[in-house]
Amino acid sequence: MAIKQISVFLENKKGRLLAVTRLLAENKINLRALSVADTTDFGILRMIVNDTSRAYEILKNAGFTLKITEVIGVDTTDEPGALNEVLEVLEKGSINIEYIYAFCTAQSGHALNVIRVDKMDAVNDILEQNGIKTLAPDEIV
Amino acid sequence: MYWNKRIECMERGELNELQLDRLQKMIQHAYHNVPLFRDGMQEKGITPQDIRCLDDLQHVPFMTKQDLRDSYPYGRFAVPLSEIVRIHASSGTTGKPTVVGYTRNDLQVWSECVARCLTCVGAGKQDVIQVSYGYGLFTGGLGLHYGAEYIGASVIPTSGGNTPRQVMLMKDFGSTVLCCTPSYALYLAEAIEEQGIALEDLKLRVGVFGAEPWTEPMRKEIESRLGISAHDIYGLSEVMGPGVSIDCPAKNGLHIFEDHFLVEVIDPETGKVLPEGATGELVFTCLTKEGLPTIRYRTRDLSSITREKCACGRTHTRMRRVLGRSDDMLIIRGVNVFPSQVESVLLDMGATSPHYHLIVDRVDNLDILEVQVEVSEDLFSDQIGGMEILGNRLRKAIDQTLGINSKVTLVEPHALERSEGKAKRVTDKRKLNG
Repeated sequence: MAIKQISVFLENKKGRLLAVTRLLAENKINLRALSVADTTDFGILRMIVNDTSRAYEILKNAGFTLKITEVIGVDTTDEPGALNEVLEVLEKGSINIEYIYAFCTAQSGHALNVIRVDKMDAVNDILEQNGIKTLAPDEIV
Repeated sequence: MYWNKRIECMERGELNELQLDRLQKMIQHAYHNVPLFRDGMQEKGITPQDIRCLDDLQHVPFMTKQDLRDSYPYGRFAVPLSEIVRIHASSGTTGKPTVVGYTRNDLQVWSECVARCLTCVGAGKQDVIQVSYGYGLFTGGLGLHYGAEYIGASVIPTSGGNTPRQVMLMKDFGSTVLCCTPSYALYLAEAIEEQGIALEDLKLRVGVFGAEPWTEPMRKEIESRLGISAHDIYGLSEVMGPGVSIDCPAKNGLHIFEDHFLVEVIDPETGKVLPEGATGELVFTCLTKEGLPTIRYRTRDLSSITREKCACGRTHTRMRRVLGRSDDMLIIRGVNVFPSQVESVLLDMGATSPHYHLIVDRVDNLDILEVQVEVSEDLFSDQIGGMEILGNRLRKAIDQTLGINSKVTLVEPHALERSEGKAKRVTDKRKLNG
């Protein structure tokens, strides 16, 4: 199942990420996952929050360039080879990963993997046929 | 030194008679051969017979760069293409250049004017003239080339670029006169210093520089670093090309060759002709041009004129060094750049409300252009690869449209300065007001 992620265009300069987190904090929006891809001039902030549409409105009104992108969330065990198993399946299904970021906490024994692929339509079936469960939005937020 | 003393030192009265005679013929020529010109005259309710004195010219409609674009490519030519022997073009705002055509006689006049310029700055048949202006559609290279050949000098058509080779040829071939943009002259000076070549090893003594605005301090710097006398040559392709005017050794204004070019200075807002000495927009009327009659062409260049006789003996009107522009056109490395060109590129690429900012600077004596583009949602991709492709596509499209290389920087919306609701499009950091 697809999860909605917010992607924000940020100039690579002091205080830009802070400007986003400050707005989210003021509006009591909780961040569930976050990554920044950066180049010398600019970065792309990608995040999953507990209230995507409200976060989108708030950031848009503040003048940021952003968009909502669909990604998949895969829950894996926090063990060697767990992510590898998922990637093997995607490889067999000829699905390309555009980007990926992952989190785990020591207590849970699980890892959350956020993956953006080129064939978002096909990816769920392929994972499911191979016994890999994707997370529903409410499971992640 | 004069190339054509009789003309260059002609008394004002006789010169004005010559001008009026030529003006009347030119108006007739354009009226009968350029329907667009005739339409303009008829709209104002005048005919060629109404031009009885030079002052009557102010009733004739202006011609603008836009008029040339609207009649792209040949709509204002007054002769069939079989009579046109050369075509040049300058950059335009929407990808279409401004096209100019010359008859054999027009080229002869052009060579004559450039010959006068070169002679005026002390060049002659004994000189080796290195032409480092670009050769091609741009009028700089070929314009100087034919004038230099006409005076019998030895011409080295190096064209622009490949600076180390330029320096090598300058030294080995013994160039005595250099023709290029003033910023390239400084760039060459630097290259000469870097290569450890002493000025005594060069034979260079005179420079003829133009195609972009420059200043007195820049002249002094070029003169000291190259050990030459540097002269400002003015011209624009719509009027002819380089050679419309030149500053003589007195370096106190540029002599306009008034037997071919009639000059007026107007208020750019009202279009009214201003008195001698007032600063305004230069307007030129070509008195002898057959191929593309240019009558009351608005140059957008700001300057002022004086009819006082010069210390050099020439009687022709002098214009001050160009002070700036009355529109938003920038001249970068000799290329005309309009901010609106960037806007058209962004619109083509799907940006619905394009915001951009041009930053022009002069680093190591070369003009550089940075184009900052605000990333709107239409342009935004959440992948680095996608954004890099966007940056590259923008740069390519902008470079192609403007005709010069630029650096494209992607910035956040509203990162760019807005003043009074209107976006500020240009920051020119080059110091031109010296």
